[in-house]
Amino acid sequence: MARLLGPDGRRVGLALLLLAACVLPFLLSSYRTFQLTSALTYAIALVGLNILTGWNGQISLGHGAFYAIGAYVAAILMDRFGVPYWATIPVAGFVCLGAGYLFGLPALRLEGLYLALATFALALATPQLLKWKHLEEWTGGVQGIVILKPDAPFGLPLDQDQWLYFFTLAITVLMFWLARNLLAGRIGRALVAIREQPTAAEAMGVDIAFYKSMTFGVSAMFTGVAGALGAIVIQFVAPDSFTLFLSITLLVGIVVGGLASLSGAIWGALFIQFIPNVADHISKAAPWAIYGLFLIACMYLMPTGVAGLLRAAAARLDRAPPGP
Amino acid sequence: MAVEGTPLLSVRDLSIRFGGIVALDGVSFDVRAGTIAGLIGPNGAGKTTLFNCLNRLYQPSAGRIAFEGRPILEAPRHQIAALGIGRTFQNLALFRSMSVLDNVRVGGHCRMRAGFLAHALGLPGVGREEMELEGEAQRLIDLLELGPVAHVPVAALPFGTQKRVELARALVTRPKLLLLDEPAGGLNHEEVDGLRTRIRDIRDRLGVTVLLVEHHMNLVMTVSDQVVALNFGRIIADGPPDAVRSDEGVIRAYLGEDAA
Ligand SMILES: Nc1ncnc2c1ncn2[C@@H]1O[C@H](COP(=O)(O)OP(=O)(O)OP(=O)(O)O)[C@@H](O)[C@H]1O
Ligand SMILES: [Mg+2]
Repeated sequence: MARLLGPDGRRVGLALLLLAACVLPFLLSSYRTFQLTSALTYAIALVGLNILTGWNGQISLGHGAFYAIGAYVAAILMDRFGVPYWATIPVAGFVCLGAGYLFGLPALRLEGLYLALATFALALATPQLLKWKHLEEWTGGVQGIVILKPDAPFGLPLDQDQWLYFFTLAITVLMFWLARNLLAGRIGRALVAIREQPTAAEAMGVDIAFYKSMTFGVSAMFTGVAGALGAIVIQFVAPDSFTLFLSITLLVGIVVGGLASLSGAIWGALFIQFIPNVADHISKAAPWAIYGLFLIACMYLMPTGVAGLLRAAAARLDRAPPGP
Repeated sequence: MAVEGTPLLSVRDLSIRFGGIVALDGVSFDVRAGTIAGLIGPNGAGKTTLFNCLNRLYQPSAGRIAFEGRPILEAPRHQIAALGIGRTFQNLALFRSMSVLDNVRVGGHCRMRAGFLAHALGLPGVGREEMELEGEAQRLIDLLELGPVAHVPVAALPFGTQKRVELARALVTRPKLLLLDEPAGGLNHEEVDGLRTRIRDIRDRLGVTVLLVEHHMNLVMTVSDQVVALNFGRIIADGPPDAVRSDEGVIRAYLGEDAA
């Protein structure tokens, strides 16, 4: 029997996940499809934050800022310059790569909680910068920018929500593939080495300053791509969508899903997308209290995140003698 | 034996102080290529501090260090491994959540070239580089008898095994000079015998020059071609093992420590 924890188990799991992802939009209402699309954008953002925090050990309380930059780059390009929606995504990615790298340079001097505070400041400042009157001509100030929903191209028999879903799914697959490649070899090992034992990492030839700032850039790039997709999916950007709360939500996502785990980004995204709805169903009066309970329960029951739980379960099944 | 000429490592008038403590005070010595040099001295003599200067962790306040005739005190820390200086750490500095194999593979970092973009896109050169590294890491893992635990996270391994992982990790960097900081610390009698053979193998079979810090006198004296003795940051003896062993200053340094 193929081992669940080995490469075969992984491949089967991935195939099942992709199959489910392709079938779901034909079974669900367009609102649910829209929610799934939004969860996919979160998954990309979580991969970005996880590379930085999970793999490299740099805490960011401000990734909502990069999500915002990505969203605004997409919105402004479409609104002001008539750039097609799909072309805005790589631009948003590269802008955030640059922004993240530049932010990462001074952040090199900051460790642990001090870095957390610096990124916290970034998250606090973002909505207000977006409202700043000298930028208003571009950002639309408090009003934000409204974006039109794209139609399916080439006469594909998909409605707008289904098309956006598949478009987002394709980019999600691409981004996960890039992240997997990036983390599988020399670079991924260097990131973890820096997190665990920087002195030894340096003695093995890892240029810590370069790696840390590049990681900030790459991380921001993923989150920026997610932001651009998010803007297109929600058809609207406004400063107050990108508050500190978004940054914290992303952090919640990587911890619940599993630190330093790519599949964890999917579970984390589903959590931050759907658990607030579930909580709202349970209690209209105090949904955030319910959300908090879910969060605490997760931390107790799955201290290494959903991905850690699944790994442990697979390992247990692998060890168990084959059933009758 | 090695030819005369420029020594592989040459340390001149090296000094460093921490507040009031002079940890190294005008230290000068050479290590010739192809030799095993022992570095001894009582606790706090400055042995680890010297290693930390050699791989640029500490910036000495005065003096010069030349490796293969080239000064290295301006080189950035992360380039020391690529220059050919590898090391192990007195108190273990492994990447604890990584497997033995991955720890060893990190050692290959300094001589690989593929960067972020090549990796993200999975360019063909990346696969080749990783395959080569994997082969070399496996060879060293076998050499150090780590095969059965290659995929185990290092944090779960006994101390002595972790020390061998550090040795394998340092060897993957393909050092010309290997700095070993108390490799026998915490090992039992049998393991020390194994280590002795291993250090000789590293020099004879891999052609690596070794600078060995050790308190285990028997090991140092049997394995070294040259022994340097430090006390309170100063060199008190430098010569063949027999001469250093019977040097009065050295004996006094160790007895003095016992008497204290
Ligand atoms: N980073 C530092 N800050 C302050 N003092 C230091 C530092 N590093 C070393 N020292 C001091 O320098 C002196 C030499 O220490 P070092 O660790 O080099 O000794 P050692 O010869 O390696 O001893 P041992 O055999 O116990 O490992 C000691 O007095 C130590 O306290
Ligand atoms: Mg020491």
